[in-house]
Amino acid sequence: MRLKLEPRPVASKWMGYASPLIAAGLTVIAAFILFGALGKNPLLALYTFAIQPLTSLYGLAELAIKATPLVLCALGLSVGFRGNVWNIGAEGQLTVGAICGGGVALWAFGNEGWWLLPAMIVAGALGGMAYGAIPAVLKNRFNANEILTSLMLTYVSIQFLGYLVTGPWRDPEGFNFPQTRLFDTEYGSLPILLEGTRLHAGVFLAVAAVIVIWVLMSRTFTGFQIEVGGQAPHAAAYAGYSQKRVVLLSFLIGGGLAGLAGLSEVAGSIGQLQPVISPGYGFAAIIVAFLGRLHPLGVLFASLLMSLMYIGGESLQMNLNLPLAVTGVFQGLLLFFVLGSDVLIRYRITLGSGRREAQV
Amino acid sequence: MTGMINRFAKRLAAGLAALCAAAVPALPAGGQPLKVGFVYVTPVGDAGWTYQHDLGRRAVEQAFGRKVETTAVESVAEGADAARVIRELAASGNRIIFTTSFGYMNPTIAVARNFPAVAFEHASGYKRSKNVSTYLGRFYEGRYLTGLVAGKMSKSGIVGYVAAFPIPEVVRGINAFTLGLRAVNPKAQVRVIWTSSWYDPGKEREAAEALIAQGADILTQHTDSTAVVQAAEDRGVYAIGYHSDMSKYGPRAQLTASTHNWANYYIKRVRQVIDKTWRSTDTWGGIGEGMVALAPFGDAVPETVRRLVREKTAAIAEGRLHPFTGPVRDNNAVVRIAAGETLSDAQLLKIDWLVQGVTGTLPR
Amino acid sequence: MDGIDTAVAIAAGTMRAGTPLVLAALGELITEKSGVLNLGIEGMMLVGAVSGFIVTVLTGSVYLGVCAAIIAGMLMSLIFGVLTLSMMTNQVASGLALTIFGVGLSAFMGINYVGTPIAGLKPIAIPVLSDVPVIGPVLFNQDLLVYASYLLFFAIAWFLYRTRWGLILRAVGETHDAAHAIGHPVILIRYLAVMFGGAMAGLSGAYLSLVYTPQWAENMSAGRGWIALALVVFATWRPGRVLLGAYLFGGITILSLHVQALGYNVSSHLIATLPYLATIVVLVIISRDITKIKLNAPASLGRPFHPTL
Repeated sequence: MRLKLEPRPVASKWMGYASPLIAAGLTVIAAFILFGALGKNPLLALYTFAIQPLTSLYGLAELAIKATPLVLCALGLSVGFRGNVWNIGAEGQLTVGAICGGGVALWAFGNEGWWLLPAMIVAGALGGMAYGAIPAVLKNRFNANEILTSLMLTYVSIQFLGYLVTGPWRDPEGFNFPQTRLFDTEYGSLPILLEGTRLHAGVFLAVAAVIVIWVLMSRTFTGFQIEVGGQAPHAAAYAGYSQKRVVLLSFLIGGGLAGLAGLSEVAGSIGQLQPVISPGYGFAAIIVAFLGRLHPLGVLFASLLMSLMYIGGESLQMNLNLPLAVTGVFQGLLLFFVLGSDVLIRYRITLGSGRREAQV
Repeated sequence: MTGMINRFAKRLAAGLAALCAAAVPALPAGGQPLKVGFVYVTPVGDAGWTYQHDLGRRAVEQAFGRKVETTAVESVAEGADAARVIRELAASGNRIIFTTSFGYMNPTIAVARNFPAVAFEHASGYKRSKNVSTYLGRFYEGRYLTGLVAGKMSKSGIVGYVAAFPIPEVVRGINAFTLGLRAVNPKAQVRVIWTSSWYDPGKEREAAEALIAQGADILTQHTDSTAVVQAAEDRGVYAIGYHSDMSKYGPRAQLTASTHNWANYYIKRVRQVIDKTWRSTDTWGGIGEGMVALAPFGDAVPETVRRLVREKTAAIAEGRLHPFTGPVRDNNAVVRIAAGETLSDAQLLKIDWLVQGVTGTLPR
Repeated sequence: MDGIDTAVAIAAGTMRAGTPLVLAALGELITEKSGVLNLGIEGMMLVGAVSGFIVTVLTGSVYLGVCAAIIAGMLMSLIFGVLTLSMMTNQVASGLALTIFGVGLSAFMGINYVGTPIAGLKPIAIPVLSDVPVIGPVLFNQDLLVYASYLLFFAIAWFLYRTRWGLILRAVGETHDAAHAIGHPVILIRYLAVMFGGAMAGLSGAYLSLVYTPQWAENMSAGRGWIALALVVFATWRPGRVLLGAYLFGGITILSLHVQALGYNVSSHLIATLPYLATIVVLVIISRDITKIKLNAPASLGRPFHPTL
């Protein structure tokens, strides 16, 4: 007799609700062990990590701000992942989106008008799309694996941003520090939505993207093509649409949304171009996409969880003087629990005697 | 799914909040301690830019004991996160907050606007306001002095310089170092390798090895790890540390190091907050103010060199010597500082040219 | 400085810069050949690096340190194995979670060891061979782990293509259902492959903390785990090309450092993009023949396996 996992004929709806509770329970246990061993009150630590950040309007706004780029990047990636297209270069597409959108703001310096922000948004999305198109074209034309090319292009884009802000785009009044001019606060920035917080209109981009992608994937033929192209390329080929189209589409959508994320960061929170724009949103978005089970709504929730995890980590440092290292361990454990508990949705534990039970 | 977690968490919270309130330790009698916040751009580690700031934080704790309570947040990215962390620190009762990286400039100014009663101290920036001070060390003074040591100790006349990014702070250091170097060794050269990263021990190590292969017999660095000093130790050349005293990593190799010392400044500013005499200022302190200091000399440095450096140190501290005194040419042989003149602070702050003797160019 | 000496210095530097990539990428190659994609290399490397370092400090023996790093890498990969192989979690997400966990755990373990100096492994010149001009100092005046990387390379190439077990491993990665049907223990084989990958990542970490820059510092791998991962793809799952890719990447990095020191007028930022661009260009050139790639890519890569018999 030993514990065995049996696949369920259909994913368990009940477990879909229960598994987050199991994950939360395991996290509590881990917190007791980890924080207890460090001589901190585990309940206080948990409260500080997971709840305190949500107890004020400002905290909720921060949660949304931090989740915005994650939602945008992860949505785009989830489309590709459904189509079996492995774009792991969202970080680079985000960077190029920021460069292009920010570039428009810099170019317009002195001649700003109402048209500037829309132009920046379009430029950000187009920039991300164009940069995303490179791995797609390299894959379609030369069969170059997109995992490698999109990752390498990420490093290239970050260095290129560094080149721009220390070189040609440097703020002439900025004492040669590596930064560009500030964008125009009236026309070149995403408006603040809530007085007293930093919540900016970038969240609308994220919410709109959730809806658009949801419709795209569940209601349109293009979404269907991507899905089928990913799961059964041969069937797709018979049906008359090619894997190449799926690759290109996935990268354009993923790149465009990541570009928007970059634009939203520089036009929303930062207000200029500088050497560091994203603390790794493009990479975190990969895990977010899977935590959200590649579904737009799931991605939204997973982004909020991830966002809370980061903010909670800061909160632990600030309020309990726990070093970053401890919060990193705790974050890793939390992710393991969430992933592990999800298994129960698709499988059930049986005391197997080695014999299999009824299956589909 | 996460919605469930949150809902669960909130229910849990209701119960826990009461529990936690009881669990928070009571404050020591005799008034609340002054809360002092620090924002760091990297982990503290054991050497480097952030480590020196943390030494300053510890000095504050030592100086004031239970009268202060410090909080440090590590690895805060210079993007959208900075404003949140700074604001959180302000909102949770910190009366003075040190933000220790250039990229925190705009967030610090923005947050400060909403917290007029909190004192903000931003390192290395140029924007100030009623409650935002700026502070920086005249690290170029230390660089000049270590350049003198290198000039006296180099046999090959080639010194290797591993640098991260061509920003004014780094360029100023390279120039001052080279001016010191060539003041005692007019034919000596500085070769620069840019690693394009503040922190990549492996790449810094390889840059060091490349410079040694090109004939450098002294190395120095403007990056955040100790890999360069360690490489020098392993390869039998000399090294000059930066940020921190790195002799632990190169007991034989390190001749000296130009170190940052924030302790005095931090203690002074915290005391001013306690005394309610804090005002927004712009501090650019050097050797004279104790913000820049040389690490103890390595055994290899002969007495004559030590004496020379001590003399020049005194001269700088007393204002008799300014490293950037003309005539100074750039490395295209154009005169940049006329004979007898010195660069103003504003010119120094934004310096974007390399002095004669440095191999390489800067991006325009 | 004469040209040959510089070339030798560049080549010897290339070997050192390439070795951590070779070690980690060869391990991942075996993991992926079994059909499992582990994106947690960076995390396993860091935990290996810190474990190796701590044991070296405690015991004074670098060799014990290397062993500890290997074991630590294996334990990390075991977490991944339990999650993905026994609990059938998503491999991509689990690998990324492993990296987040590993970055935190290594920093946590190493808190009291940051800045402890140790004597790392020193180069050992192999008699006779190291006296051969040019090749000698480049290949045979290196440290023990570089030599280990040569041996491991040959062992892995031989194992994969010349042994029955290598054949089975590839079969499991190719079509796990068929492999299972003929009676191969798919899950067990994948566990072993994942743990081998972990061991190699741990060894790669040990190279960083005990040889390359003998110290422990948080995040000292600085993204090398990701490069190693990309190199497996670059290599189209062939050990020989892993070497080629790792030394190409390392070589261009080192070369660009040397070029800078000579004072050419190029932006340092743009120079820093060269290794990445060169890797893309070479990949494009070698990928044009689609059949070759199809031949080598494990068909079941990333797909969970659940025995249904």
